[in-house]
Parts: sequence; structure tokens; C-alpha cells
Amino acid sequence: MTGLPLLSLAIWLPIVGGLLVLATGSDRNAGLARLLALAVAVAGFLVTLPLYAGFDAGTSAMQFGELREWIPRFNVHYRLGVDGISVLFILLNSFITPLVVLAGWKVIEEKVAQYMAAFLIMSGLMNGIFAALDAMLFYVFFEASLIPMYLIIGVWGGPNRVYAAFKFFLYTLLGSLLMLVALIWLFFQSGGSFNLLDWHAMPIPLEAQKLLFFAFLAAFAVKVPMWPVHTWLPDAHVEAPTGGSVVLAAIMLKLGAYGFLRFSLPIAPDASRELAWLMIALSLIAVVYIGFVALVQADMKKLIAYSSISHMGFVTLGFFIFNSLGVEGALVQMISHGFVSGAMFLCVGVLYDRVHSRQIADYGGVVNTMPKFAALFVFFAMANSGLPATSGFVGEFMVILGAVKHDFWIGAAAATTLILGAAYTLWMVKRVVYGATANHHVAELSDIGAREFVVLGLLALCVLGMGLYPFPFTEVMHASVDNLLKHVAVPKF
Amino acid sequence: MNEMHPLALYVPLAPLAGAIVAGFFGKAIGRAGAHTVTILGVAVSLLLSWLIFQDVEGGKTYNAAVYTWATSGGIRFDVGFLIDKLTVTMMLVVSFVSLMVHVYTIGYMAHDEDNWPADSLAGSHSYQRFFAYISLFTFSMLMLVMSNNFLQLFFGWEAVGLVSYLLIGFWSVRPTAVYANLKAFLVNRVGDFGFLLGIGLIAAYCGTLDYVQVFAQGQKLAGTTVELIPGSAWALISVVCICLFIGAMGKSAQFPLHVWLPDSMEGPTPISALIHAATMVTAGIFMVSRMSPLFELSQAALSFVIVIGAITAFFMALIAIVQTDIKRVVAYSTLSQLGYMTTALGASAYSAAMFHLATHAFFKAVLFLGAGSVIIAMHHEQDMRRMGGLRKYMPITYLTVLIGAIANAGLPPFAGFFSKDSIIEAVHLATTPGAGFAYALILAGVFVGGFYSFRLVFFAFHGQERFRQAPAHDSHAGGHAAHVAHEAHEAHEAHEAHGHDDAHGHDDHGHHGPVEPKESPWVVTLPLVLLAIPAIAAGWLIGPVLFGGYFGGAIFIAPEHPAIATMAKEFHGVLGMIAHGLQTPPFWLALAGAATAWYLYIARPELPAVIKEKSGVLARILEDKYGFDRFNDWFFAGGARLLGRGLWKGGDKGLIDGVAVNGSAKVVGWVASLVRLFQSGYIYQYAFSMIIGVFVLLTLWLNRA
Repeated sequence: MTGLPLLSLAIWLPIVGGLLVLATGSDRNAGLARLLALAVAVAGFLVTLPLYAGFDAGTSAMQFGELREWIPRFNVHYRLGVDGISVLFILLNSFITPLVVLAGWKVIEEKVAQYMAAFLIMSGLMNGIFAALDAMLFYVFFEASLIPMYLIIGVWGGPNRVYAAFKFFLYTLLGSLLMLVALIWLFFQSGGSFNLLDWHAMPIPLEAQKLLFFAFLAAFAVKVPMWPVHTWLPDAHVEAPTGGSVVLAAIMLKLGAYGFLRFSLPIAPDASRELAWLMIALSLIAVVYIGFVALVQADMKKLIAYSSISHMGFVTLGFFIFNSLGVEGALVQMISHGFVSGAMFLCVGVLYDRVHSRQIADYGGVVNTMPKFAALFVFFAMANSGLPATSGFVGEFMVILGAVKHDFWIGAAAATTLILGAAYTLWMVKRVVYGATANHHVAELSDIGAREFVVLGLLALCVLGMGLYPFPFTEVMHASVDNLLKHVAVPKF
Repeated sequence: MNEMHPLALYVPLAPLAGAIVAGFFGKAIGRAGAHTVTILGVAVSLLLSWLIFQDVEGGKTYNAAVYTWATSGGIRFDVGFLIDKLTVTMMLVVSFVSLMVHVYTIGYMAHDEDNWPADSLAGSHSYQRFFAYISLFTFSMLMLVMSNNFLQLFFGWEAVGLVSYLLIGFWSVRPTAVYANLKAFLVNRVGDFGFLLGIGLIAAYCGTLDYVQVFAQGQKLAGTTVELIPGSAWALISVVCICLFIGAMGKSAQFPLHVWLPDSMEGPTPISALIHAATMVTAGIFMVSRMSPLFELSQAALSFVIVIGAITAFFMALIAIVQTDIKRVVAYSTLSQLGYMTTALGASAYSAAMFHLATHAFFKAVLFLGAGSVIIAMHHEQDMRRMGGLRKYMPITYLTVLIGAIANAGLPPFAGFFSKDSIIEAVHLATTPGAGFAYALILAGVFVGGFYSFRLVFFAFHGQERFRQAPAHDSHAGGHAAHVAHEAHEAHEAHEAHGHDDAHGHDDHGHHGPVEPKESPWVVTLPLVLLAIPAIAAGWLIGPVLFGGYFGGAIFIAPEHPAIATMAKEFHGVLGMIAHGLQTPPFWLALAGAATAWYLYIARPELPAVIKEKSGVLARILEDKYGFDRFNDWFFAGGARLLGRGLWKGGDKGLIDGVAVNGSAKVVGWVASLVRLFQSGYIYQYAFSMIIGVFVLLTLWLNRA
């Protein structure tokens, strides 16, 4: 912590490492590319650890700050810093990256170096999003992170990958163009500053706040994704390779939610309060409507994708009930969802690698041939259903408590996830894992090997650990969340 | 008060350690290792519970946090233990029955490999896995009862649900088992939905989830009104208590959330005894007793409780009459007895409910384990129509089951008499609105209880030996009465899994040749005998437990609910109670039920078939179990899928993608077809340079000026 630019390291180490991996060239050096990628990913995670160890939970101020001039003409700065809201996501992102590298170890046989590099570069860019305190810097990272994901889907994806990649790219790009307009307006309004903290403090008339709110909403709602701009996600997941799905679900969806906390709420607090009803309504639709839709999916990845949308509904719900149980619960839910949905997609990947089908109907009785895998899959399914002592419970529990406090019926609508979430997840488990061995594909399955076991086992430990002792997670959030809520409560026009 | 008993933590941790060792290292330690380590763990729990009981008996109460789980919104969520008389009673019951069941399992699961297809890896160490699960259950149940706050209560609540799910579906190759466990989990989740909302309201209005602090604010909750539906104001306390009780209705299988319990019989019999009779299903009863300081403040909630309990007690007993599967008879009997306990709660007779919980745990465990012993002897035949005359072959099983049946029927001087009679008397004296209705139902239920209990004994153990007959066409594989209901809608998707024929296809090896039943080994009969002793004698503790203030401050009863206090005044010792009991209707009703069973199943065994014939519709309704399963499958399971499909095809695909995104999607398609021409396969390299380029160009170009 002694002056090391930790945030810059977290951003640039994976990016530079990724370029090195890219430099290993063709698939003749695939082995080297894999090893190098793993080393870079692990190192990338290690450099983020001091961010937690050295984090001062007692203050809501930005920590580990870095400031350099970047484009003086427009007063754009390379301005970094983290608070209790963002720091955990940098750790989560850096933790997921090595797992993704491992998950693609054997399956990806073509363009290995490029594949690994894409994930490493994306990882660095996403760290940049969470650390940026300059709006232009944020925007550049935000948009740049689209490119690797676009490529991951478009190059290593399934048969319909080009359609899905474009849907993903255009959907999210169109959304963020409106945000760009908002950022430029704010730049002029603030007298030429891109500093987010200046914008937080700046008074803005209510009507303008509302326009800003909708501009940000366009960008972030697509990313979360919120109903009704969610239909790109199931397509993207279905076509993406396993690693792509993991990063998409575990990290990329969080970018939108994070945007609400960093932009919408503090910059347009009055509009946020005025429009909270809309956000709550959209969130509840996500929880309930999408829960029913998830129930009838025949494709495992689609089912988990819809389940993700439903779980992210909890996140946006938690934000807009404006109490600390809700906001902290939503943040916890975001982290937990990173572990759980990542693990669920990895589990589907394990099956897909062997049978080359994601259809539930093609499975049945997997436990008879893959008992170790089945145990882990059932465990993650339980976490996905919000079982206590798994991380999936913590956020849901806190958000439901916060929602009941806000309004009993909102809490009741949110709590239907207890039934719906269990129904769609466990019904899938029943049809895939349990029963008699369904066909010769299942009969010929081999259980997970050491590499797969390590990846899933690590995630299982995280899910269990966070479920049993979420204290270290909630503890770092308090000061920043309280400060944010205080800020939102005060009119600024 | 605010201290931790030095041994408390080890009570739940010992079985957890056993579960971990048997679960993760089952292959290495082998079968003997697995059952030794788990039995040891549970034995430690029992021993420590007994030591803690000594201290609590001496008048001490322990309440302290183990660690802080999380903090948020000004609420500290702790994991901690509250140990008083109520807790320690549950700890003793749970660890004792669990220990018995662990020992019994050695015998019951000895040939579990027969229950699996030869090539199933899931079956390869199923014995060890089973022990790991029941120890994990014991841990969860202990955490539930020892909790000092609502969070940990909910933890235990759902954790026992998880283990129940794993154990009902233990024989996962059977479609019926994995149908039943999903159903059990989801129905329980419906209850938990209410439960969690209740907890949410408590957190919102009390700002804490700690029992003692919440109870201290009971009056405040009673004084607050909320208008959840505009125009109708409710006392907050009533809303809270009813929400909490909905949780109890799920876990303790109260009408109309009872539907999962009969199906849970798909699990191996030891867990039917431990989880689905003696302990887990009584969690709701325990919970309401624990919350007596809240429930006592809400007349509305108590009325709700007493009515639900009475309906369950009577109507579930009726179904037991027509069951021919020996386990299902006991299952419906359990439902009915849980109804009795719930009725007692509604009558503010918490101690009577807890007392019946304890005696029931013993005699119902005996009945289940006895049924299991019969099932072993019959090579997994569960249909009583294929039994008969077993008493000669299995004298110990017969005797213990007879003891269980007498206790279950509530005949003196066995345990069930004292606890059941106290409930009936308390409901008689209760002033809760609905108590009159409840009294009539539970009184009628006594006759039914006497009948089905002895029907089981006579049907299975007396009369003609039917097990040598060739299998009847319709009685394969346990002949579940459920079949009758399911035939009507077999095409229904929900029942894809309900093919009973496949389900038991692999374990009906015993059905073909004649069976020569013999008494089960000692590991099976010893627990039966050890459980039969309290099934006889536990009732004699009624004086101190019910009327001697045994539960002390652990249970709160408002002065306007004097039923138990009145009974205490009239109580003159165990013998006096028996003498008095002989002059009251319950005794004669139970006896009449037993006599009817004797007449129908020993004196005139041809009669039941005739009666069934004549009573047409009535018998159909009972065999259909009032149509709940059919309705739930049609309305909830079918309806949810229909709705899901409608929202997906109509909403997502039709409106959003079809109408709103259609235009842009076309453009996308067009652009995509263009871009495809340029896709050389090396496009990613350009793209990566693009990212770098963005930074470099922006920097250079914009800094020019």
C-alpha cells in the first residue's frame, strides 16, 4: 500500500498480460498461452487483495485514489478511486478471471491465445469501470469492455453467434449513446468538469434530473438487464461459450447496477426518488414475470439466463427502496450472484462439453454417472433458490426485509421468489440430475476431473463462506451506503 | 441470563462433524466407520443435552451470541443460543430419537445396494451418504431449536427442509421419490413465504430479530394497527403471528399445506420416523410455543391456529382409514396428531402441545420403525393387504407396534393418553373463538384415531396370512391409494414422473416368490424397545411437566386464557387422571374405535370390502384425499406453466422481441449479413488494436491543441 498504484495495477496488469498472451501467436503455442494466461489472471487477483486488506471501512471517502492529467483540453483526467460500493466488485471480477481461464482450458482448442487474451483484457477494462471516477474515463472503459465480449460471443460462440453478438452489441451500444449525451450535458453544466464527485455535489433542476435519469436508465437498464429490455441476454448466453456466459452473468450484468449507484442516484437524487415507483415496478416484474418465464425454459442456459434477470430484479429493487438493508442487500446479492450464476453456467458447461446439448430433455439421472458433479450442481441450485447458509440467501433476505419495511406488499411480491426460484431451479435439477439414467449419453458420462473440481469447489467455498459469514462483506459497505442514502435524501435543486 | 453454556456449542457441532466425516470421507472410512462416527456424534449430543438439562433444571437460562453474522440497517444479525426448558426438552427429544434412528439405520440400510441399479455410482456409497444426511439433519434441527433469534430459526427451518428434500429423494432413481421431494420442498417454500414476511415485519417494527428483545416489544406490536388492505385495520401482532404460523403450516403439514407429508413416505423409513414424524414436522409446534409471548397477544391468530389444527386433526385421520400402505397409514396418523398439537396451541395450552410433541415423538417413532421392520421382513412390500398374521413371526416388532398403537389411540395408561387427553380438556376449557368447533372435531377424531391405529395392528399382524398368496393384479409395489387419483389424468405432464411401475421395478424382487417373514436383527429391534419404553411411561411425567410449571418462563400464557391453570387445579395425580379419564368421552370413543377395528378386521374381515362398495362416493373422496393433489397439480403446477409459457411466447417473444425489437432486429440481420463478408477470422486482432487505439488516438488528437 506504500504508494503502489494498486488500482492501476488491477486494471493494466491483466490488459498488458493479455497483450503478452496475444503475442504468443498461433495455436502451436497454445500450451504456453494457457499457462501465461493463468499466471496473469492469478497475479491480477493477487494485486487486488491489498485493496480489501488496506481498505478503511470507517469512511465513505474514495480510497486508493490516483489522479493524472489525460486530456487537459477537455479537463479529462485519469482519476481512480474506490469506496465501499465498488471495491468488492474489483475483487470479484479479478477472482472470477482465473476461474474462467481454467474453465476454457481444454474446451477451447482454436485461437487459444486470442480467447485467453480477450478475457484478460476484458477483466482489466471492467476493473477500470469500477475504479473510474472521471466520467469520460468511465465511458471509455464501459464501451471498450463491450468489444472483447462481442468477440467472445462472435468468434467462439454457438451456431447463431453472429446474430446474438450483434443483438448484444447494438442493444447495449444504443443504450449508452444516450448516456454519452447526458455526460456531455453534465460537462457543460458543471462548468467543464468530468469529475464524478463534482457532479454528485452539483445542484440540478428537477426536470433536468429526470431527463438525466432516463438517459442513464437507457444505458444501465439494458446492461442489468431490466424488463422489458432484457431479451438480448438469453440469446447472448445461449450462443456464448461457457466462459463468456460466466463473465457476462458474474460481472457484466453488475456494471449496469453499479451505474445506478454511481450515476443515477447521486447525480439525480430527486428524480430517483420521484421515479422510484417505476423502478420498483420494473424490478418486481423482473422477479415475478421472469420467474414464470424461467419455469418453462427447455434450454438450461436460457433458464439460468432468465433466473439471472429475476435475481437482478432484486438488485434494482433493493436500490430504489432507499434503506440500507435494501441497498446493502442488493450489493450482497450482486456479489453472490457473481458466484452462483457463474457456477451455474460452469455446471451447464461441464455437461455441454460432454454431451453437446443444453436441452434439459436430453438429460436425466446424471447423478448415476457423475455423483461429484451432481453434488456440486445441487448445492449451487440450492444457492440459486436462496437457501440459507449459502450466499444466495443473504442478499435476498436483506432485500426482502428492507422491502417489507418500505411496504408490506412490495416485500410480499419480492418474496414470491422463494417459491418461484425454487420451482424453476429445482425442477430443472430434478429432470437433469435425478431419476434413472435417461439415455446412452448420460450412461457414458464421466465425472468431473481435478481441474473442473477445483473451479467449482472454489466457488462452492465462496458461496458457503459468504452464506455462513457475510459480515466481512456487509462491513465494508456501511459507510459508503449510509453516505449515499443521506445524499439521496437531500433535495439538490 | 446473558451467558453461554460452555457445552452448548458442541451439541450441534458433534453431529455436524459426524456428517462431514461420513459425507466427505465415506469411501475411505467404509460403512462401519461411517455409522460409528455419526452415532458417536449424536451420542455426544444426547449426553451433552442431558448435562445441560441438569443445569437448566436447576433454574438457569442461557442466552448468548456465538458470532455476529452480519449487520445492516441498524440491525445486528447474530447466531446464538437461547437455552431454557423449552429448548432443552427439544434437544433431548431430538438427540434421543435421532440416536435410536441412527442405530436402527444400520439394520434398515444394510442391503441398500439392492435399491440401486448395479451401474449407478450414486448407489455406490449410499449407506455412508445416508448416515451423513441424518447427522446433518440432527445438526440442523438442533440449530433450529437452540436459536435465540429469528434469523437462525429461519436457517434451521430451511436447513431441515433441505435435508428432508435430500432424504425423500434419497433413492433418486425412483421417479416417485424425486417427484415427492420437489413437491415437499415447494410446498414448504409456500409456508416459508409467509414465515419470512412475518420475520420481515418483526425486523421492520422491532428493529431486532433477537427473541428476548422482540418479546419485550410485544405490547407495542399489539398496540400498532396496520392497514394492509385499505379500509381494514389489523393489529400488527395478528398479521405477524398469522404470517409466522403460515410457516408452521408448511413445516408441520397443516391443512391445506399438508399435501407433501404423505408423499414424503417415498424416503427410506428411518427418516420417515425421525424427520417426518418425530422431529422436523414438529418444528412448527415448537416455534409457536416459543413465540407464545406474541401469539398470546392476538386472539385472531389463536383462532386461526385452533381452526386449522382441528381441521387437520379430524380430516387427515379420516384418510388414514382407507390407506392400505402401512407407512401411509402412519403418515396420515402423524398429520392428525400434528393437528392435535396445533389445536392445543390455539387453546393457549402450549405446554400440552409440547408434551404431546414429546410423547408423540416416541410412539410415532415406534410405529414408523415398526412399520419399517415389517417392510424389511416383507422384502419391501408395504401393502397391508399382502400381510396378515405377522405377530407369530415378529413378536418384538408386533409388541412394540401394539404399544405404539395403544399410545397413538390415546388409551390409558400409555403416554398418548395423558398428552392427548390434556389437549382435549384444554380445548374444552378454551375461550378462543372457534374452540367449540375444534372441540367437536378433535373429539370425533379420537374415535377415528382408535380405529385406524388398531386397524393397522389387526390388518398387518393378525388374521389370515396373506403374504403367501400370488400377487394380486392391482397390488404391485405398495399399491398406493394415490394411484386411484392419478389414473384420471395420467396424460398430465406433471405426472410424467408418477409411473409407479417403473419406480419400484427394481426392488420388487421379493414379490414373486412366497415370503417367509422373520424377526429383524437386534439393531432394529433394540431401538424399537428403547423407544417403546417412553411410549408407555413418558405420560406419567404429566404432573410436573404440565401443571408443575416445568416450562417456567419459557412459555407465556395471558391471564385471560386459563385452560391449563384450571386443569392444574383439578389435577390429582396420574392415577386420579386415569380414573377420571375412564369416565370421559375420549376414552370410550377411542375404545369404540378399537372395537370397531376388531370387528371389521378380525371378527368379520369380509366386511370392509362390502362397506367400501356401499359407501361409493365417500370412499372415493377419501381415497382421492379430498382431491387436493389433483387440484394443486392442475391449478398451481399446470397454471404456473401455462402462465410462464404465455408470458414467454406472448410477452418476450411476441411483444418485446416481435413488435418492439422487430424493426431493429431486421436491421441487425442486414448489417450482420454485410459484416459476415468481412469476417476474415482475424477480426479480433483488429478489434483489440481498436481498444488501444481509442486511448491513444483520444489522447494524441485531443491534446493537440
